[in-house]
Amino acid sequence: MGETAFVARPLPVRGTHWESTAWWGMAFLILTEGSLFAYLFFSYFYLASQSTGPWPPSGPPDLKNASINTLLLLSSSAAAWWGERGIDSGNARRLSIGLVVTILLGIVFMTIQAHEWANRPFAFSSNSYSSLYFVITGFHGAHVIVGLLMLAALLGWNLMGRFRRGWHLQVSVGIVYWHFVDLVWLAVYAVLYLSPRLS
Amino acid sequence: MAVLSGSSSVAQDLDGASGARFRTPETGRVAPDSAEAAALEETWKTGPGLIGWLGSVDHKEIGKRYLVTAFLFLLIGGIEALIMRVQLARPNQTLLTPEQYNQLFTMHGVTMIFLYALPVLSGFSNFLWPLLLGSRDMAFPRLNALSYWVFLFAGVFLYASFPLGQAPNAGWFNYVPMASLTYDPGPNIDVYALGMIFLGLSTTVGSINFVVSLFRTRAPGMSINRVPVLVWGTLTASVGNLLAVPAVSLAFLMLWLDRQFDTHFFDFTQGGKPLLWQHLFWMFGHPWVYAIVLPAMGIVSDALPTFCRRPLVGYTAVALSTISTMILGFGVWVHHMFATGLPPLSLSFFGSASFVIAIPSAVAVFAWIATIWYGKPVFKTPFLFFAGFVFLFVVGGVSGFMTAAVPLDWQLTDTYFVVAHLHYVLLGINVFPVVGGIYYWFPKFTGRMLNERLGRWAFWTMFIGFNVGFFPMHISGLLGMPRRVYTYPPEAGWNTVNMVTSVGSFVFAIGVLIFVIDVLRGLHKGPAAGPNPWDAASLEWSVPSPPPAYNFAVIPIVASRHPLWEGRLEGEKGRSSVHEGPLLHRGRETIGSTMLDAEPNVVLHMPGDSLAPLFTALTLALAFVGLLLHSAVVAALGTVALGIALAVWLWPAAPDAGAAEMAHG
Repeated sequence: MGETAFVARPLPVRGTHWESTAWWGMAFLILTEGSLFAYLFFSYFYLASQSTGPWPPSGPPDLKNASINTLLLLSSSAAAWWGERGIDSGNARRLSIGLVVTILLGIVFMTIQAHEWANRPFAFSSNSYSSLYFVITGFHGAHVIVGLLMLAALLGWNLMGRFRRGWHLQVSVGIVYWHFVDLVWLAVYAVLYLSPRLS
Repeated sequence: MAVLSGSSSVAQDLDGASGARFRTPETGRVAPDSAEAAALEETWKTGPGLIGWLGSVDHKEIGKRYLVTAFLFLLIGGIEALIMRVQLARPNQTLLTPEQYNQLFTMHGVTMIFLYALPVLSGFSNFLWPLLLGSRDMAFPRLNALSYWVFLFAGVFLYASFPLGQAPNAGWFNYVPMASLTYDPGPNIDVYALGMIFLGLSTTVGSINFVVSLFRTRAPGMSINRVPVLVWGTLTASVGNLLAVPAVSLAFLMLWLDRQFDTHFFDFTQGGKPLLWQHLFWMFGHPWVYAIVLPAMGIVSDALPTFCRRPLVGYTAVALSTISTMILGFGVWVHHMFATGLPPLSLSFFGSASFVIAIPSAVAVFAWIATIWYGKPVFKTPFLFFAGFVFLFVVGGVSGFMTAAVPLDWQLTDTYFVVAHLHYVLLGINVFPVVGGIYYWFPKFTGRMLNERLGRWAFWTMFIGFNVGFFPMHISGLLGMPRRVYTYPPEAGWNTVNMVTSVGSFVFAIGVLIFVIDVLRGLHKGPAAGPNPWDAASLEWSVPSPPPAYNFAVIPIVASRHPLWEGRLEGEKGRSSVHEGPLLHRGRETIGSTMLDAEPNVVLHMPGDSLAPLFTALTLALAFVGLLLHSAVVAALGTVALGIALAVWLWPAAPDAGAAEMAHG
């Protein structure tokens, strides 16, 4: 046999982070989910640009709760990152603490969000703006709930002792998803809450 | 699953401090009938019986299922078309009522575009990719099975209301307000809306699988400039799908909400816009057109050179033109909407963008012509289909170029000219390469050759029937015949062209029938093929036909673009090693490599047979049926069951378990 590109050397088995295939699978899932939100925002700005009356019809939504929620989600991402750093160096306890804090912050976020939905001056079927408002925030809320279920599963598996240093692929993959959910919220916040104040 | 798990001789290093595992893969050779080969077969084979069949994650099995299912949908869609051609053969026919006609042309479009055209290409790619890439399976074998099951169930779902006479009936692009509750109150459109969202899940997970497989499972040495062009085509299509499918899923969700929950996305009385539907649909629809032709063009770019006895001319140019076609394809959706009253500036922009697409298309066409020109063509059946494809692509390209001109498009919109164009493009660039591809790879799929004489008959009947059937549609379009009319008066002057079209379409159908007979005959009576009947250059021809469950006895090491033609090409210095390389025989293993250079960087453990994908698809089907029947209970049940199925699927293996258990992770 001639020249080979293969040199026998120790290779990680299954790998973590971007050595693995699962991490890339999640990355491309995020790409397609990200485009879903891009199309939602396109719909929002398209209908806004075509609107003949004021947009939003009921005036810009209140900033207070949404801003608190922004801070909550950003801190939850930080907590998740801190926990993941723990298991990266073999500290499963730190991962558990990080996940518990992340989950709690996520639950508080959803509670405030539910309060927001209950106190809107419009219903799902009032007009095109209200339909979009609920679909955009609803899509994001659904992603938060899926993210929370994933984090809860990770916490359960961690408490069962399933993760070690170099053996925590699910953790890396799940937490990437959570970061994505938070990032999308920043976009939702910018589009639904900040952009109406620009005009 | 049997697993080799002896550890004394295993070069297995345990990083004691961290518990992380490393392995140094052994290299060597495996003789075809040796005990090692038998052990590999035992490790990788699909289990016996019905459970084994339902739980198989073998990409070759899944690929064949995709091909067969998609082909059945092609036959269904074809029969629908023939019924319509009988109705249209003469003026004032009454074979079909207008409503039946509406449902037939809608289901014909839905079936051909969504249930045949992409899935059949996924079938090729599923079967071939790991074999082309020198791997033992796709990156996510269970996701692969899920993508097939969801495709199958979504296909059945889309046909669920057909026997009740309530099939989708507003055309495959389903414009509002026609498709809104006011004008279409039955379940027809709800079936379409939910079915398309359901089907989109299959496309999405399938695309993720292709992209990650390409980036991470190539054999050592198969750097990004050495992958076969089919891989470029499917990669581009998959990335395109990931970016485009959400648009249509969202549009259908909004439509369903408008219909069921009284929202107002498309309802202009409450600030919605019907044109929003058209934007979202075509933002998806146009990239989708490229998704269902680029992999087929890849089939030709890979297979045509085999019959020209030389490598493809302009590999790099063709790969780049594939990608640039898709990128431009995201910027031309408005050319489907030229007649909707958009501002002239946007018409000019999207018109010119549509003209520009001719450039990468022409690059590919000239590359194929040059390959034939500089080669020594061997006129076997696959060659005929590929050469026929080049001709049809040029005709379809020219009519596309014509409709990119805004003023001409205003005349031709919604006439049979557009129908002619899209059939030249979709049959020319999809069906002809697909049938040619089946003639080419049938030996690899089954181990048997198809019949050359029947193949020629199939080609010439299809080619003549196609042109007789579809070319006159250009004329009926120029004569002003609108598309989607269920009949026409005799004095309109369209009698002859329609009769010719109907005759041609039946001739085409006879050609397809000859092909089907050839395939059914070849399955049992075809002569044995041997590993490389065409003396082709790529890796799939280095393994037996049909390939063993494990694909490659050792992972090949690739040093050039044409591993099996090395030593016969001028200026080709690389020497690949297809029979000696990493063994990876301790469990279901394959190699993972870096994105661009394909340097091995991880040992991948592949999952074995699993029923989780089937159950996951069933729970999804349950949820969608619940939504369709307005049953919150059924939908909730499906969603909860889905959560459970996914949790079981993703349950992590215990860290102290050995390689055997990891394989199930």
